[in-house]
Amino acid sequence: MWDYTEKVKDHFLNPRNVGEVENPDGIGEVGSLACGDALRLSIKLDEKKRIREAKFKTFGCASAIASSSALTEIIKGMTLEEAEKVTNQDIANYLGGLPEEKMHCSVMGREALQTAIANFRGQEVTKEDYEIVCKCFGVTDKDIERAIKENDLRTVEQVTYYTKAGGGCAQCHPKIEAIIERMRKEMEKESPPPKPDKRKLTNIQKIKLIEETLGREIVPALKADGGDIDLIDVDGSKVYVALRGKCSFCPSSEFTLKQYVESKLKEFVSDDIVVEEVKP
Amino acid sequence: MKTVYVDNNATTRVAPEVLEAMLPYFSEFYGNPSSMHFFGGQVQKKVNEAREQAADFLGAEPSEIVFTSCGTESDNAAILGTLDSYPEKRHFITSRVEHPAVMNISSHLSRKGYRTTEISVDREGRLDLDELKESIADETALISIMYANNETGVLFPIEEVGEIVKSSGIPFHTDGVQAAGKIPLNMKKSTVDLLSLSGHKLHAPKGVGILYIRKGTKFSPFMIGGHQEKGRRGGTENVPYIIGLGKACELAKKHLGEENTRVRTLRDYLEVKILEKVPNTLVNGDRNNRLPNTLSVSFEYVEGESILLLLSDLGICASSGSACTSGSLEPSHVLRAMGVPFTAAHGSIRFSLSIYNTKEEMDYIIEHLPPIIQRLRDISPFWKDYLKSQGKR
Repeated sequence: MWDYTEKVKDHFLNPRNVGEVENPDGIGEVGSLACGDALRLSIKLDEKKRIREAKFKTFGCASAIASSSALTEIIKGMTLEEAEKVTNQDIANYLGGLPEEKMHCSVMGREALQTAIANFRGQEVTKEDYEIVCKCFGVTDKDIERAIKENDLRTVEQVTYYTKAGGGCAQCHPKIEAIIERMRKEMEKESPPPKPDKRKLTNIQKIKLIEETLGREIVPALKADGGDIDLIDVDGSKVYVALRGKCSFCPSSEFTLKQYVESKLKEFVSDDIVVEEVKP
Repeated sequence: MKTVYVDNNATTRVAPEVLEAMLPYFSEFYGNPSSMHFFGGQVQKKVNEAREQAADFLGAEPSEIVFTSCGTESDNAAILGTLDSYPEKRHFITSRVEHPAVMNISSHLSRKGYRTTEISVDREGRLDLDELKESIADETALISIMYANNETGVLFPIEEVGEIVKSSGIPFHTDGVQAAGKIPLNMKKSTVDLLSLSGHKLHAPKGVGILYIRKGTKFSPFMIGGHQEKGRRGGTENVPYIIGLGKACELAKKHLGEENTRVRTLRDYLEVKILEKVPNTLVNGDRNNRLPNTLSVSFEYVEGESILLLLSDLGICASSGSACTSGSLEPSHVLRAMGVPFTAAHGSIRFSLSIYNTKEEMDYIIEHLPPIIQRLRDISPFWKDYLKSQGKR
């Protein structure tokens, strides 16, 4: 059985905004019966061009229905410019996370939204140069590139979870691998270090991420001032550290901890992190 | 919450008689059947008794029964153990709708350089016997065709297949995991050389199985170890589970009649009522050649996992051949091999009954299923389109 969050279950059992908006300003249809899931999103704008109404109809599994329901709740009241920026990760986060194998449901939501906005603007969804990479599910190189970029994907399996590409006959796996390799290189060039994602972390992921962040963002700066920091323990959102070297008797160590260490950890690990110092 | 368990092709409840038979062999009689002392000897006697019960159930000789750890091990041992005995023959034949325990062995063999042939089925899930005849070659080492399909319950004409196979002198294995206990099996009158069986589909616990090996069949052990099971399967016997399985075989023989009368009637009742109450529903598989306990139905324009979770919310436990339930992206290989259209393949639900099910439970399902399907169709974008298309005609 899938490990769905309570929020996913709630949005599946009591979906919000089911149906079709009357005289819609934009409609976005993605997926198909053959693919196993499909979503029809319809939106209505008010005079200020904000989304007044958003409704959906979905054929698919529990997470597809929950993602659609979440999407409509998220975008209500947004301007189109704001709505355009909604990512699949926002949808997954709204639901408290989705099993990785089901992330394609959130991607479907984002695609339907893009299509509906384009439909309102009277554009065809950008059909510039693309190549169908996965013939089984009709996934283009552009779709795959976007999913890799927005979700920091690294393996073919992950690409399949997020886009379905490669989930059928598997013949396109070498092509997907090549796209991943190219995108990873591009992404590293664009934004070193990689922007961490703030999905719900397991304890092990959290500790690893704290260690990485300390090592990359904090230790070099402290060392430059003749100090250092050690991670002692992590208990839920509390991070216990010990200041070493010059930092340990620095009068502004309290400031260093709160303003510098804690804010970096909040930025890169989790918003609710509280740093406490362990005195030797 | 009330639990209505109709997923017996996945696993079954351990019969109370089976559990009772097993319990003393955990703590009181824990001897090793291979030991020389009386303490092991009394356990060996009990294991032999279980072997006799299993043999009696299958119409076999006790010496033809090998206890294994599960149905998958039985399938693996049968196939790899036979191929190992015919190293010069490099061709394997099976069907396109096998359980993963055989299907994935077939792809494994193909990666190892074997030629493999997977025989097709038609829209009703029936095996193409002509294709089978044509694919038999001099280099064919083994033919493995399942007895009954786990998803649809469709029965293959195993003795007819056996006749074809025998005329070419090739060993014949059948995965009988779903058939055992639901249709009569008599190895004395059968053309089958090797048959796999799983305990937990038969009201014994998970973790024990049987491989029947006809006397005179060439076989190399798959589990290499001690002299247990007459050297055909190494490893200390899983005594309590084997004793439980022996008891389960005895019970299965006794309940075979009920499976084919009362359980069949319940299944047919469920089927007729569902078809009557839910439009755009189709039954998957040959209704005339099917296990008495299995019903695979497809509800068009809705997806299986959603149905299952809404059923589960009411305590009804079934399963689905939809893509989403397995974590793969494509619907079940069985339904695809049968050519079930996508409108229906994603919305397939399997109900599989046992002797523990009652008419009241069927009525409970019949009461709650139609509103669930309607609710999901109301959410589905395709249902309204479909209704519109019907209106235009």
